Amino acid sequence: MPSLANPTRFLTLVAAVVPWLTALTAILFATGLYLAFFVAPPDYQQGETVRIMFIHVPAAWLAMFGYMLIAVASLGTLIWRHPLADVAAKTAVPIGATFAFITLVTGSLWGKPMWGTYWVWDARLTSMLVLFLLYLGLAALWQAIEEPGRAGRAAAILALVGVINIPIIKFSVDWWNTLHQPASVVRLGGPTIDPSMLIPLAVMAIAFTVLFVVLHLIAMRAEILRRRVHAMQKTQVEHAALAGA
Amino acid sequence: MPDLGPHAGFILAAYGVTLVAIVGLALAIVADDRKQQRLLADLERKGIRRRSAGAAKPARPARKKRS
Repeated sequence: MPSLANPTRFLTLVAAVVPWLTALTAILFATGLYLAFFVAPPDYQQGETVRIMFIHVPAAWLAMFGYMLIAVASLGTLIWRHPLADVAAKTAVPIGATFAFITLVTGSLWGKPMWGTYWVWDARLTSMLVLFLLYLGLAALWQAIEEPGRAGRAAAILALVGVINIPIIKFSVDWWNTLHQPASVVRLGGPTIDPSMLIPLAVMAIAFTVLFVVLHLIAMRAEILRRRVHAMQKTQVEHAALAGA
Repeated sequence: MPDLGPHAGFILAAYGVTLVAIVGLALAIVADDRKQQRLLADLERKGIRRRSAGAAKPARPARKKRS
């Protein structure tokens, strides 16, 4: 692992694993979608709308996973000053924000036929909206400060303050009386979902996770290269100025 | 494709939005990656090197003597 602190070694690793992980993502999504539409039965209460669960739940998990990744990377920026920490944190923001957006939209589209409304200001929905807004805030902060070191430290502090929202999302359905159903997969006592639905959900969750990893690795590579390009352009300008002096 | 019942529109819309969001994100990330690779290759072709790469730099002109 320490060798990955070197961006050049990291880029070599990314080049080697991304094609394989991309192929694995495609296989997992093909399998997961087949299981979700052709093998999983309709729910006895929710009917066919339960098929939204196969995208809504993995997206919600990854929206929270993305934020935890940013929080851990933020510790890496502030405490250990790991050279890739703020690169990892910055590049996870748009990916996590997209998954939070998917969670909100698919949840809304699932809520209308089941609850009779697209939106209610209950604890689970509101805390997920707060997570999406935190992502937007982090993206805005990264855009607002040009120097990556300063931007990274400011974003790291905001990310660590916002991490309190993650347990609130997770336990909101237990702490408050919400319209959202309680946890049925990640809970003490094991999942309450039948294996005929749990297995497609697990495959889709793994597919979404591998997709997250692939996109994050490519985005990290792009960010490392952007910083190199920036440094080289700066060198070019300095040399031009010296030559003209 | 099974019969998705009376709420098929909601189910298909959920999958459609997810597809558009993920494909859009993936295209943006891949396009940015390719753009940075192209910019880096252009600079390297011009002989520009990073300081940490330790390559030869263009010679600095002699400093003018202070009077």
